[in-house]
Amino acid sequence: MTFTIVEAPLESPRPPGIDCAVTADWLSAFLRDELTLRRNISRAVIGLSGGVDSAVTAFLCARALGAENVYTFRLPYATSSAASLADAQTVVDALGVHCRTIDITAAVDGYLQFEPDADARRRGNVMARTRMLVLFDQSAKLDALPVGTGNKTERMLGYFTWHADDTPPVNPLGDLFKTQVWALARYLGVPKVLVDKAPSADLEADQTDEGDLGITYARADALLAKLLLGYSDAQLVEHGFSPDEVSLVRGRVDATHWKRHLPTTAMLTNTAINEFYLRPVDY
Amino acid sequence: MSTHAVSDGRIDPARVGVAIVQMKPAKGRYAENLRAGGEAFEQLRSGRTDLIVFPEAAFTGYFLEGAVYDLALSAPRFAGDLAATWRGTRGDAEVDIVAGFYENDGGTYYNSAMYLHVGRDAEHIVHLHRKLFLPTYGVFDEERFLSRGRKVGAFQTRFGKMSILICEDAWHAIVPTIAAVKGARILLVPSASPGRGIEGEGELASITRWRQTLVSAAVEHGVFVVYAGLTGFEGGKGMTGNSCAIDPRGNVLVQAPASEACIVRVDLDLREIDLARAGLPLLGDLEAVLPDLLLDEELPLPRGVRDVYDR
Repeated sequence: MTFTIVEAPLESPRPPGIDCAVTADWLSAFLRDELTLRRNISRAVIGLSGGVDSAVTAFLCARALGAENVYTFRLPYATSSAASLADAQTVVDALGVHCRTIDITAAVDGYLQFEPDADARRRGNVMARTRMLVLFDQSAKLDALPVGTGNKTERMLGYFTWHADDTPPVNPLGDLFKTQVWALARYLGVPKVLVDKAPSADLEADQTDEGDLGITYARADALLAKLLLGYSDAQLVEHGFSPDEVSLVRGRVDATHWKRHLPTTAMLTNTAINEFYLRPVDY
Repeated sequence: MSTHAVSDGRIDPARVGVAIVQMKPAKGRYAENLRAGGEAFEQLRSGRTDLIVFPEAAFTGYFLEGAVYDLALSAPRFAGDLAATWRGTRGDAEVDIVAGFYENDGGTYYNSAMYLHVGRDAEHIVHLHRKLFLPTYGVFDEERFLSRGRKVGAFQTRFGKMSILICEDAWHAIVPTIAAVKGARILLVPSASPGRGIEGEGELASITRWRQTLVSAAVEHGVFVVYAGLTGFEGGKGMTGNSCAIDPRGNVLVQAPASEACIVRVDLDLREIDLARAGLPLLGDLEAVLPDLLLDEELPLPRGVRDVYDR
């Protein structure tokens, strides 16, 4: 008698999946709850970079709040690419949301003129923080809430400007890996040009996230998903990642725990806020 | 099956190479079925196999009625037959074998399964489990012919503690619970399940129900579940095979088809158990609360000798 052999499938590193319909509905409910029910705010403010994260955020806000309640802002600096501006416009055209373009060059250069030696990283951080300054001011003007656009991959890798991209009080995408955001974008109907292009912080010509990070999002997401479950470096290698990939991702995660927290406050009393004095965020 | 490094010939205790032999036995032909088992051993020559799991009543067929008395064997005899079959094909290679059989223990008959270690020179019955829950309803008639076992054990193996649950044993949530509380990290489930229920989608309803049961046990206790299902038709009743391995997070690592004799190979990474339990520490929670639950006076449990006799 010959038995058929049924082998357990070889596990190849794959990014985690996503049920887009369930996720889109859940995030729409989250946005309505956070803005309308909890804060009695009906409008959202979103900075549109021309990338997929802010596009998905705009699509979700339009689903949750109605396009008429979504205020998007294109905030280019002198060196920003024209393509990013045009790509952001496709989102506005697709959704029919409000959009305003405010050039931040004068604001950024107003400070940087005194810092002529600032390197690309410092200049990028100043631009990111200036954009957040604009979005918060616009939210005050419009009686709206800024909605964050950061994804889980960049949060875990620390690939963002602290107290800039992560500042808005609500963030629908913060627990979605980049590859999941791409899938959600396709499901929501985000213009193809945004989904297909290489993600970039758009600080320099030909700059890409994956070039900066030294790993593709597909590999990083697959690795992070297992790392977050507690897999050791040796196990990650057993699961098909190279020692260099493991070292790179583990190193970035371990070096950036602080970026995922509020500032460290010296505890001096037995009423220290968030140590002794504890209240839920929605209390 | 994923491969792994084994240094200087020693077995890496973090991993167990498991083969489930989904038997399609010829009814009542023990010797012939044992030969089929030997052919499965031969097919397992390539790759690493630490543990081979056969279904319930793997070498006789399940529905035997009165013929169970003709075919039941003592545990030592069955162990000897399994070991001889292994050595006949694989020589002095070391292996652990789990298999279901009808047991004759001096005139008392059980639906049993043994965990057998076959070493270079001798075999050793590591554990003998006698089925606790003998289905005697509808198409089933086990208790008419068999006696029931009295407890579920968690026994030490080369790969950590395990328990055997035969078929309906696994359907009572308290049995995998007790096994896990006693320390079992792998639940071995030899089974013979006649398929039924055509109202589902894509598979018989009984297959779906089995998978839900096994996944629940795996997730609740953070254990691996290895299910070995008998296959083939027995007098019109089709056994549903579907042998499978489930990890401690409830992922079905591999699953066999319903009605084909086959060997399922899977590599269990035992480190997954600790990781899963860190994320969902239900077993630790239960161990803390279990004494309170069992001391509940409203439970119909004997409370010492006097209480038993007073009932």
